[in-house]
Amino acid sequence: MNLRSPLGAAMAHGSARSGTGHWRDQRLGAVALVPLGLWFLWALLTRPDLGHAGVVAWIAEPLTAVPLALFTLVALWHSLLGTAVIIEDYVHGHGLKAVSLVALRLVHGLAAAAAIVALVAIVGGGAG
Amino acid sequence: MTEPNRPLSPHLQVYRWLPAMAPSILHRASGVFLSLASLLLVYWLVAVARGPEAYAAVGRVFGSLPVRVLLAGAIAAFWYHLIAGLRHLALDADLGFDKVTARRSSAAVVVLAGVATLATLALAWHQLVLS
Repeated sequence: MNLRSPLGAAMAHGSARSGTGHWRDQRLGAVALVPLGLWFLWALLTRPDLGHAGVVAWIAEPLTAVPLALFTLVALWHSLLGTAVIIEDYVHGHGLKAVSLVALRLVHGLAAAAAIVALVAIVGGGAG
Repeated sequence: MTEPNRPLSPHLQVYRWLPAMAPSILHRASGVFLSLASLLLVYWLVAVARGPEAYAAVGRVFGSLPVRVLLAGAIAAFWYHLIAGLRHLALDADLGFDKVTARRSSAAVVVLAGVATLATLALAWHQLVLS
């Protein structure tokens, strides 16, 4: 049984019924980022050859490309969720908050698209 | 839309300062720092994809002192956020939620993150000198 008034729902008062999804995704990303982040740091630190050809050959290996793609995209997703909560907490005023949240999605979306295109180009051999 | 005058989550200025607030704020600050670092990672990936010239140009940016300091900060933020994040996951699972344990674990997080950061920086320094 739903005890919320239709007017309240129309005015978007009360729970938006999407809070637990955000909370759960944040933690899901966090758990995934523990091994992915440790792998990334370890991989970077143990790479003696950081010249262009060496890096391209390294990223083009599936055993690098797959975790690197996962790490980058999950990190950006986790970053979007985290920074959105900070803006929701500290940016006051409806307009500014909405604009900040849209800008945040824009930056993260652009970064994710750029990362995907870059990785596809490197793996596909487009990076001379 | 009218400005709603509805209760929001309470803000920092409402509370009296307590030491327990430091790890929470540090977790957010290190998270924001890592968000910026993730943009640096994408910038680096794009440079790799664009070719040797673009990669060399980005290499000069990354080799400059301010960016090196930024990257060292990102390593510290990485370790703090990772270890404090594990502590938060434990707290979410109702592990170590009593006052004494939570205080001890927040201090342990700072110590562990500091040791891991120094070890990582030493390894990175070793790599830079070798290469």
